[in-house]
Amino acid sequence: MHDKEKGLFEAFAAKKMDRRELIRATGKLGLGAAATGVLLNQAQTRAMAADFDWMKYKGSKLKLLLNKHPYADAMIANIEAFKTMTGMDVSWDIFPEDVYFDKVTAALSSGSTEYDAFMTGAYMTWTYGPAGWITDLNEYIKDPAKTNPNYNWDDVLPGLRASTAWNGVPGGELGSADAKQWCIPWGYELNNISYNQKMFDKVGVKPPGNLGEMVEVAAKLTKDLGGPYGIGVRGSRSWASIHPGFLSGYANFGEKDFNVAGGKLKAAMNSAGSKAYHKDWVKMIQDSGPKNWSTYTWYQVGTDLGAGASAMIFDADILGYFMNGGDNKEKGNLAYAPFAANPAAKAPTPNVWIWSLAMNAAGAQKDAAWYFMQWATSTEHDLFGAQKMDFVNPVRASVWKDEIFRKRIDTSYPGYLNQHDTSAPGAKIYFTAQPLFFDLTTLWSETLQKMVAKEIPIDEGLDTMAAEMDKKLAEAGLG
Amino acid sequence: MAATAAQSRLLVKQSRFMRRALPYLLSLPALLMCIGILIPFFTAVYYSLLRYRMNLPQMKGFIWFDNYVNFFFDPKFWNTVYISLLYAVLTVGIELVFGLCIALLLQRQTRFNNIASILLLLPLMTAPALAALMWKLMTNPNFGILSYFVSLLGFPDFKWASDPSTALFTVLLVDIWVYTPFIMILLLAGLRSLPKAPFEAAALDGVPRSFVFFRITLPMLMPYIITATLFRLLDSIQQFDIIYAMTQGGPGDKLLVFQVQAYLDFFQSTNVGRSAALMVILWAITYALSNVFIKQWLKLRERAHGAG
Repeated sequence: MHDKEKGLFEAFAAKKMDRRELIRATGKLGLGAAATGVLLNQAQTRAMAADFDWMKYKGSKLKLLLNKHPYADAMIANIEAFKTMTGMDVSWDIFPEDVYFDKVTAALSSGSTEYDAFMTGAYMTWTYGPAGWITDLNEYIKDPAKTNPNYNWDDVLPGLRASTAWNGVPGGELGSADAKQWCIPWGYELNNISYNQKMFDKVGVKPPGNLGEMVEVAAKLTKDLGGPYGIGVRGSRSWASIHPGFLSGYANFGEKDFNVAGGKLKAAMNSAGSKAYHKDWVKMIQDSGPKNWSTYTWYQVGTDLGAGASAMIFDADILGYFMNGGDNKEKGNLAYAPFAANPAAKAPTPNVWIWSLAMNAAGAQKDAAWYFMQWATSTEHDLFGAQKMDFVNPVRASVWKDEIFRKRIDTSYPGYLNQHDTSAPGAKIYFTAQPLFFDLTTLWSETLQKMVAKEIPIDEGLDTMAAEMDKKLAEAGLG
Repeated sequence: MAATAAQSRLLVKQSRFMRRALPYLLSLPALLMCIGILIPFFTAVYYSLLRYRMNLPQMKGFIWFDNYVNFFFDPKFWNTVYISLLYAVLTVGIELVFGLCIALLLQRQTRFNNIASILLLLPLMTAPALAALMWKLMTNPNFGILSYFVSLLGFPDFKWASDPSTALFTVLLVDIWVYTPFIMILLLAGLRSLPKAPFEAAALDGVPRSFVFFRITLPMLMPYIITATLFRLLDSIQQFDIIYAMTQGGPGDKLLVFQVQAYLDFFQSTNVGRSAALMVILWAITYALSNVFIKQWLKLRERAHGAG
């Protein structure tokens, strides 16, 4: 590479020139987009390595446990940069999501040292942390000898940093001063509306502004489209059916899952407000949801939207993002809107799913593993993924300001940036952190299924469920 | 000379030792195998006596039979017992009838029957979880081929596994599709190995076909029927993959059989104590059922030997 070009990219990586200036200058030098991308990545890797001894663990061999996901794909696409910078070797096992968390539980509970770091969701750390299977990462983040001075932890969106930190006390506030940082946010999804613009135009409706409107719009779409159903939401008998749209809307009404008093938890799902919310939600599914809703996971919700079988979903924004590309029938027809279920709410309050990286407490080379983790969650890699791969949603505020990324998203995904920017300030985990999360949230989804199937009246169902939850909490010494 | 005598005494001693030790040596692999099986079994029994959730390590403690006692007062546990037994009885009963009928149809060794019996085995070669996913697509109300056929029959909104009233029926269909060939092939082998003489004598005497079937074929086939039933019953009561892949135990708690509940307790809730207790109860049920069937089978064998 010529010195002139090298200097240009290094000046940009050192933040001595802005992106517009860089684009202008590369244009003058006759560099194409692909070459610019490669050279920029190289310069950023060099800049990253400048103030930190990345070669400290040269020769180490790390092994990762990964879920098959675009975030993992982006990491693998860029892994040579890490290997070159650190002299470490990295291998991995990848499993589909259906079996991934079973594999993680089996590996961690056996005390296996095979994996140094792995992908996880924040909710899982409420099990892994108290069980002693993962390491508190504060000791690494706060140690300047172990962490690159340019790591810029504060650049990670505050709601995500807080949502991945818990003090281990049942009902303890996420992100509290005494919280342990169980994992590092890697990519995240918030829950809003993704809809089929063509179908909405055909019927003459606009994206709903609250839950009441959502029930009506979904019913009208179902009736007038004569085929596709109005709204896709998850319904399988799993905690995963509660955390996306359902809990986002629920939290927007100020409703809680549990009340915490004197260190004890008490189920709060049978409040008057909660019952009213459940009634609207159940009616919406009965009137306008998929016929086999009770078997619907994120996969069916997403593919129905992509295939034109549904007109709108209230689920992860990135699900709508992926359905607007690839070989999907409705590619190019999808649009996005923020959604606040409560007409009186000032802004949406999406509950979030955060794909994160955690460190195996039984791992034999934790310092080296941290090197990988800080590289994989760095601004540089986040930017690489956001610009060149499908690494949505990035977790760093600076990446959301990046013009190339924003332009790419805005061109092909109408409304996506708006739904994100409007919702991100209120985006966090709205569940109460507690060790029975999976039992009790699965029970919640089971009860919801019974309500939708009209096996049990809503008021009675929620009272029974709350009593059963209180009993389980008491048995576990939490209630 | 003295040395030779000593040598021969040693040889005799050695061969006597070998004679005595040989039975133990021969049974050593079986013993090792037994230990290999019993260690995890007794570990599970031990865990079932603990209050043990991996994410609440401070609560871990020996509680004797509390996990079992808690089940006794838990209506959800009785629902699990009921649905597991119902599932096992229905699948085995229906598969037995279908398997026997098909085996009777294919009893004569013609080229067509031989090809048909091989083709009919294909579902058995499909992994049950894959079969469940295949059926999940076929029963999809939006585009499933079976949903289309059912709509032609006047049921446009048939919800298959997603409706509490039809969920059991749907998973039964998948189980029957996968496992009927297993019973069919066992009974076909039995039918083809039956002695010809009684049937020839009945034919010469002009005995009606129904009489031949109920008084000769069925009793002679009984050891095969019992063997097939035992295998299928043990498998059905431990059903996991078809139900989990299709409904995860739902809708509601409609299909929450033993294995699905125990799996969720362990992998999702990390409640090792409760999960192990469920598995021990399932073992006790299968052990009791096996005993009944094996005793029946031994009785039949004794009768057959006596007759012989």
